[in-house]
Amino acid sequence: MEVLDAALSRIRAVDPGIRAFLTLMEETARKQAAAADARIARGLAGPLAGIPVALKDNLCTRGTRTTCASKILGNFVPPYDATVVSALDKAGAVFVGKTNLDEFAMGSSTENSAFQVTRNPWNTGRIPGGSSGGSAAAVSADMCAVALGSDTGGSIRQPAACCGIVGLKPTYGRVSRYGLVAFASSLDQIGPLAKDVRDAALVLDAIAGKDPADSTSADVPVPSHAAALTGDVRGLRIGIPKEYFTSGMDPEVEKAVLGGVDVLRRLGADVREVSLPHTPYAVAVYYILATSEASSNLARYDGVKYAHRTSRPSDLLEMYMESRSEGFGAEVKRRIMLGTYALSAGYYEAYYRKGQQVRTLIKQDFDRAFETVDVIVTPTAPTPAFKIGEKTADPLQMYLSDIFTISVNLAGIPGLSLPCGFSSGNLPIGLQFLARAFDEPTLLRAAHAYEQAGGWHKRKPPAAGEGSAA
Amino acid sequence: MKISRKEVDHVSRLARLSLTEDEAGKMTDQLDKILEYVEKLSELDTKDVQPTSHVIPMSNVWREDAARPSLPREEALANAPDTDGEFFRVPKIIE
Repeated sequence: MEVLDAALSRIRAVDPGIRAFLTLMEETARKQAAAADARIARGLAGPLAGIPVALKDNLCTRGTRTTCASKILGNFVPPYDATVVSALDKAGAVFVGKTNLDEFAMGSSTENSAFQVTRNPWNTGRIPGGSSGGSAAAVSADMCAVALGSDTGGSIRQPAACCGIVGLKPTYGRVSRYGLVAFASSLDQIGPLAKDVRDAALVLDAIAGKDPADSTSADVPVPSHAAALTGDVRGLRIGIPKEYFTSGMDPEVEKAVLGGVDVLRRLGADVREVSLPHTPYAVAVYYILATSEASSNLARYDGVKYAHRTSRPSDLLEMYMESRSEGFGAEVKRRIMLGTYALSAGYYEAYYRKGQQVRTLIKQDFDRAFETVDVIVTPTAPTPAFKIGEKTADPLQMYLSDIFTISVNLAGIPGLSLPCGFSSGNLPIGLQFLARAFDEPTLLRAAHAYEQAGGWHKRKPPAAGEGSAA
Repeated sequence: MKISRKEVDHVSRLARLSLTEDEAGKMTDQLDKILEYVEKLSELDTKDVQPTSHVIPMSNVWREDAARPSLPREEALANAPDTDGEFFRVPKIIE
């Protein structure tokens, strides 16, 4: 209960300047904290007992508004909990609130929220990344211990990089998506944002596994991820993909990332170059496949069973057209349009099918690379957090900020970002670790060994609200 | 141009979106730019490449065909914009 009180007073002090939360769950949290206290007193506490957790607002919480940062779901109160939410509740977690995101998780800066702009705790003139920007900012500014996010093309890892924390996208199928509001079903995955690798591993232990309510969750045994953190990477084969170090790269990012690679080499890892030749096509594939799936998934917002309905429609067609046009924001409309176009008669072969074929080539690149290495290390994002408003006018420029994270979702493998240094403007820089499907133990072991040697995770952002707005 | 204003109007009807004049014009320009970027996929020969729709090998996932508890009516209707207490209510469909 004392931990909860500290988190809530921190939120009250700091969040007016950061705006990470859309809804606070104080009543739920107090009940959970009391239950956790009781279990601790009886010596029955789990590893997450009493830990304050924030939830991205596209995860359904029974009785608590779940908006996806969209006007269309502005008043939606789910009648059930997402499986990950029940799992954390069972592990003793305390839910402090629901965090801001790009509307329906579509974006890389959290600026597409219909409700508010979230600011980066390291510099409040900068974006926190996206789409899980609220979750990343909340963890970074100490408003909770860990948070859940979702990652369709980098939406956990890129905000983690922008905010100087750890973000893990597990293997596709490792974690149930039941109760996650769907964006692109062949890519979406839920995962933790945390202050260090151990916390991320503990959360993964609590949420991983087969769920009968999600037929795409994989029936693969779940090892203890926390137990995998041995600190030893001697002899581990680590690949550096040459295609990720292109001429346009920010020199400070390149320097920090290569410095990270040197640390791994000093720890005894066997570092070698690998090739992922289809990397330059990943963004194009993603924006065909993700938008196609989104156009289908978001067809459900018809104003009938839940969500916004226009006032006094004259007929059914007008009800659909006007409810959707009033409820969705510009980026969501753009993606529904692009996806509908890519799936429409005459274009399906040229776009959707072609995209699926190139997805195969991208996956084969990784299969081949993982024949010779165990882990791949890359930058998480091409630049540190950019300025609020810098990329909102040009959707394509915004899409290209996901260039290093997107292939991972297309291939279905796990990826993790953690801090590996800071820019001259004191903005965090992210290092991305990738591993084979379901090999989160090796992924976390390598990331943890680096983290302990690098020590960057100990740096804290300037007191929120006092950050310079440059 | 990869996409015309006329196509944008057609696609917006398929997507059940009503765009203002201004939105449709801007949408045409932005989609055109994105489609031009996506065009780079045609550089690749994919003649004999199988498409990937799902990355983890999984065949049919079955469950027991047994009755399970479902959402009570009151809860199912709780988020509806309009109901008569028993059913969802929509504008008249049949003339």
